[in-house]
Amino acid sequence: MPVVWIPTPLRDLTQGKSSVIVTGSTVREAIERLELQFPGIKERLCENEKIRPNISVLVDGHVTPLKIRERLQETSEVHFVVRISGGSVIETDAGCFG
Amino acid sequence: MATMDKPNEYRVIGTSPLRHDGTDKVTGRAQYGADIRLPGILYGAVLRSPHAHARILSIDTSGAEKFPGVYAVATAKDLPDLESKIVELGEGIVNRRYQSNNILARDKVLYFGHALAAIAATSSHVAKEALELIHVEYEVLPPVMDVRKAMEADSPILLDELRTEEFGKKGEKPTNISSHSQDKCGDIERGFKEATVIVEREFTTSMVHQGYIEPQNGTAQYNPDGQVTVWCSTQGAFGVREQVAEILEIPVSNIRVIPMEIGGGFGGKIGVYLEPLAVLLSRKSGYRPVKLTMDRSEVLTSTGPTSGSYIKLKMGADASGKITAAQATLIYEVGAYPGGSVGGGMGVLLAPYRIENAVIDGYDVLVNKPRIAAYRAPGGTNAAFAAETVIDELSEKLGMDPIEFRLNNGSKEGDRRVDGTVFARVGYLETLQAAKDSPHYQSPLPGSNSGRGIATGFWFNYGGKSSASASVNNDGTVNLLEGSVDIGGTRTSLAMQLAETLGIPAEDVRPVVADTNSIGYTEGTYGSRTTFATGWAVYETANSLKEKLMERAAILWEVEAKQVQFEDGVFSSGDKKISFKELASKLDETGGPVVASAAVQPKQYGPAFAAHIVDVEVDPDTGKVQILRYTAVQDAGKAIYPDYVASQMQGGVAQGVGWALNEEYFYDESGRLLNASLLDYRMPIALDLPMIETIIVEVPNPGHPYGARGVGEVPIIPPPAAIANAIYHAIGVRMNALPMSPGRVVSVLDTQKG
Repeated sequence: MPVVWIPTPLRDLTQGKSSVIVTGSTVREAIERLELQFPGIKERLCENEKIRPNISVLVDGHVTPLKIRERLQETSEVHFVVRISGGSVIETDAGCFG
Repeated sequence: MATMDKPNEYRVIGTSPLRHDGTDKVTGRAQYGADIRLPGILYGAVLRSPHAHARILSIDTSGAEKFPGVYAVATAKDLPDLESKIVELGEGIVNRRYQSNNILARDKVLYFGHALAAIAATSSHVAKEALELIHVEYEVLPPVMDVRKAMEADSPILLDELRTEEFGKKGEKPTNISSHSQDKCGDIERGFKEATVIVEREFTTSMVHQGYIEPQNGTAQYNPDGQVTVWCSTQGAFGVREQVAEILEIPVSNIRVIPMEIGGGFGGKIGVYLEPLAVLLSRKSGYRPVKLTMDRSEVLTSTGPTSGSYIKLKMGADASGKITAAQATLIYEVGAYPGGSVGGGMGVLLAPYRIENAVIDGYDVLVNKPRIAAYRAPGGTNAAFAAETVIDELSEKLGMDPIEFRLNNGSKEGDRRVDGTVFARVGYLETLQAAKDSPHYQSPLPGSNSGRGIATGFWFNYGGKSSASASVNNDGTVNLLEGSVDIGGTRTSLAMQLAETLGIPAEDVRPVVADTNSIGYTEGTYGSRTTFATGWAVYETANSLKEKLMERAAILWEVEAKQVQFEDGVFSSGDKKISFKELASKLDETGGPVVASAAVQPKQYGPAFAAHIVDVEVDPDTGKVQILRYTAVQDAGKAIYPDYVASQMQGGVAQGVGWALNEEYFYDESGRLLNASLLDYRMPIALDLPMIETIIVEVPNPGHPYGARGVGEVPIIPPPAAIANAIYHAIGVRMNALPMSPGRVVSVLDTQKG
């Protein structure tokens, strides 16, 4: 099942767990499952049913432009990271390491 | 320049053809923004704040409006009063209100040079004279110039409504801390207990500017039918279109942005400053075109430099040379409005190393300085200055060679970073080994008062959205339209990828940077993305052309398309063969024109690593640091155009040397910038630098058809740390502040050596 890595600032909601195994075939479903286990986490990640604009979603090492709609595989790893900003008025999804 | 790895397997890629824009640029025919001349054009000037922090009580423009030759005067009242809201544009996110207030201050001025009003007149002289007739009444407030003071509870507050953002949660109190992030892994206490040696240091770096040659400029024509054309110097035409649309509440479909040639950007020409003003003034002046250009002083006071910073870093290693723990706090200036680069610093800080126990805290903090902009690997150089200095000290304490120490701990494919993400195929170890084997590192150490320093760097790189289109001419050449502004020679690196895919010479491709009405959406030239991402779009376009031409060959030979093969620029079917060029001459008889286009958003960016070696000589009496020899080693994936890759490496080093030794924004206590000219803001000149040697390592990026990685940003990351380490090995003092100017070196010598 997919593994969601919990950003450090949200680990107070997951009793300190840095990763959580969830069911779900999309990022949206994974977040919904997380919310059932750890109430309040969805609000930190989402705004109006979308990923917050300053958060990037990485699935299997790559920033996904599909964000909440990205499909997950059984072995997928999901990360939420703060978008890298150059400090210009515009921030980008440069937080990819793959 | 040297290139490691196996012989080149390509015909075009990996070679260095003549650049397509070379003739225009060396003959002065290339058209830059300041070259724009239009009938009836007016010239603008901008009134800027003499205070670093003040409330605007009133602005009286009546005198200026009556001045002969003045056509329009604009203040923030002429801009839509936008709510403070983050909006997603095609290229990212932006707070509309802050962006608007940075164009023209509404309630407060937040830095020396903050724009307050703009005038359009028959000449720039008239416009500047009229500026003096604008009367502004201020309530001057105490400025906040230092990030640590700005974080104190009793610090003056820049933006009353600001609350600290911490991963989806807002703080409750007014503050200057715009964001706090934390990355953590393992058990930090256990990690330090396992350490044999521990080094803990504090570092500061000064705000510095990108130093592009060409100042910002923007010309606009607002037509009575609501259609707007903008000519400007930008890293991304579509980004200008969206920002102008957002600030002025004009539909994007009404705006056409024509990117002119650009005299450097380095991240500083992503955001807009003048373009919305030119549009606004054009409308207010009765639809006459208006041109605004900055002078150098305005560039330094009023555009976005990069963050100064404070970094505290503690690292430990065991007797075997394994790094056991790292703990860091990074505090970065963002200038007047939120949106900083500490995230980049946090990502770069420990990226080269496999560390099981680490915690990194990052803060973006407002100060009364210009709102920062991106600068080549934003946030990275500050962080590497700290980390690579501490790494050097750790390796010294353990009696290990600094490259060997890094090889022992170096990141590789499959390693998990502090934030939990995992590296794909990266070339850090190969880069280190190439540095270790280099003629420079193998050469004898320099003489007295001389030393050698090593430092390494990482940068994420980026992908993003890109578009390209191409058409085949009947003489066998191909016209290529692409949306990426050419800053570092990307016309040619893109043309080469098209040529390679089609099996034709690079000289047979005619690349053109298109405007926003002529090409599909393309993000700006930043994030070291253009050769990679727009290269992907070009590759897909070429493949589409190839398929269409195979169909044409099939028509020509009266066979099925699936019976046609293509290899090295030749189409064949059985014993029939025809070259690309010959087939191009038969388009009319096989169905007419052939065009193709593609739009992409590739995800597998391929991060970059670099390792730098520098020898310096230090004069202990004057503190002057002379660079004796410099070698930059870098993983370029596959180097599409090796000469350009080497140029990017050398350019990054040159800027990094300036950052290391001389460059700094120098403010007085009232927040006034005292060195707003290139006479006083000391950038490196040719005499300051030796020929920078380059070694290109090629660990292909599996996420690109030709293996390309971004190359433009990572070379600016190691220089300050490499030079600091070289200074230490030359005269025995550790430098912990940038710039390492002569005065500072002497001061540190006096302090540390008595």
